[in-house]
Amino acid sequence: MAAEEGKIDPMYQFEVQTILEGFSLGGQQIALTNSAIWMGFAVVALFLFMRGGMKRELVPGRWQMMVEGFTGFIDNMMEANVGPAGKKYAPYVFSLFMFILFSNVLGLLPVGVLGLHPFTVTSHLTVTGVLAIMSFSIVLIVGFAKHKLHFFSLFVPHGTPLPMIPFIFIVELLSFLVRPFSLALRLFVAMTAGHILLKVLAGFVINSSNAGAGYGVLVGIPSFALMIGISALELLVAVVQAYVFALLTSLYINDAENLH
Amino acid sequence: MPQIDQIAATYASQIFWLLLTFGFTFFVIGLGMFPKIQGTVDARDKRIADDLEAARAANVKADELEESYRVKMEKDRSEAQALVEASKAKANAASEKRKNKANADIAAKVATAEADIKSRAEEALKEIEGVSAEAAQDLVAKISGAKVTKAAALKETKAALKHG
Repeated sequence: MAAEEGKIDPMYQFEVQTILEGFSLGGQQIALTNSAIWMGFAVVALFLFMRGGMKRELVPGRWQMMVEGFTGFIDNMMEANVGPAGKKYAPYVFSLFMFILFSNVLGLLPVGVLGLHPFTVTSHLTVTGVLAIMSFSIVLIVGFAKHKLHFFSLFVPHGTPLPMIPFIFIVELLSFLVRPFSLALRLFVAMTAGHILLKVLAGFVINSSNAGAGYGVLVGIPSFALMIGISALELLVAVVQAYVFALLTSLYINDAENLH
Repeated sequence: MPQIDQIAATYASQIFWLLLTFGFTFFVIGLGMFPKIQGTVDARDKRIADDLEAARAANVKADELEESYRVKMEKDRSEAQALVEASKAKANAASEKRKNKANADIAAKVATAEADIKSRAEEALKEIEGVSAEAAQDLVAKISGAKVTKAAALKETKAALKHG
């Protein structure tokens, strides 16, 4: 730990550490980092989880039921938000949702007890940014492929008075262009903030206990109680943020697919 | 903030690994497993819907059967009712006829009996008149010594009998 006496850096957990130097690709060093390892963990866990649901029995067992709960959830979401045309995007939205969900939850695992260092992949702007750009690109590609230049009518809501059209167009265009940033930043900030809060509280517990039994009881125990509550909240946030990302993606796809 | 401080140094490897892992997620899990699992769910839903449909059809058929049974029951009952009604009317008519005949017989018998009684009563009355007249004749002869004709005595007796 980078914690010296009285100095616990809450940002240390977000540092990307190189484990293997890796290889060079197009002049960039591709190193095997802790981030990469945790992405791998997330995908392996997701794969194992899905494997448990692949028995495809007519009467599902508990595990299959759980997997089907997730697939049905995304399927319903696409059906409700996009309509029949949404079926073909369900695999993408499902991948997005499950990948973010597993990354979020794995980053919350208390593996620090075992001496490991949990790393939350989705607390990195690079990762959330790439995911957001992927969703945004799909919206753009589908929108222009399906509606050609008519896609720009998305920025002029029905019933806009003629003199207002230029202003509304600019405002709507800006809100449209901001979408990938809002997608990326929301997930990144939500994951980062919660983790920092947990680390700061953990620092309180450690420092106050080191300062003496009295401080430990007065500050450490309430902080620890708060940590338990916030950990539960963080689990909720992990799920909700994955849901929000998938939901907004499906809503944006709906814009491209159905254009009002 | 390491996420921002390290961006320049780590973005390439992060994007690489993300594309690798998310690509695996998308192609293997999203395109490979998701449709199969969803297909299983859809197949099950369809099967349940079909079963429900079959049950509903069977129910409708049972209702129809019951309805036809009920109609037949109703028909049979009304037929039986009619039969009972008819036989009752027939029996009534027969007994009415017999009663009328018996009544007529009785009335005839009563009439003859009454006529008999009447004739006998008249006979008896005549005898009584005769006897009374004779008795009256004798009485008058014995008491007053006057001779009364039989006819006069009879007339007087009839009048006396009439007044009680």
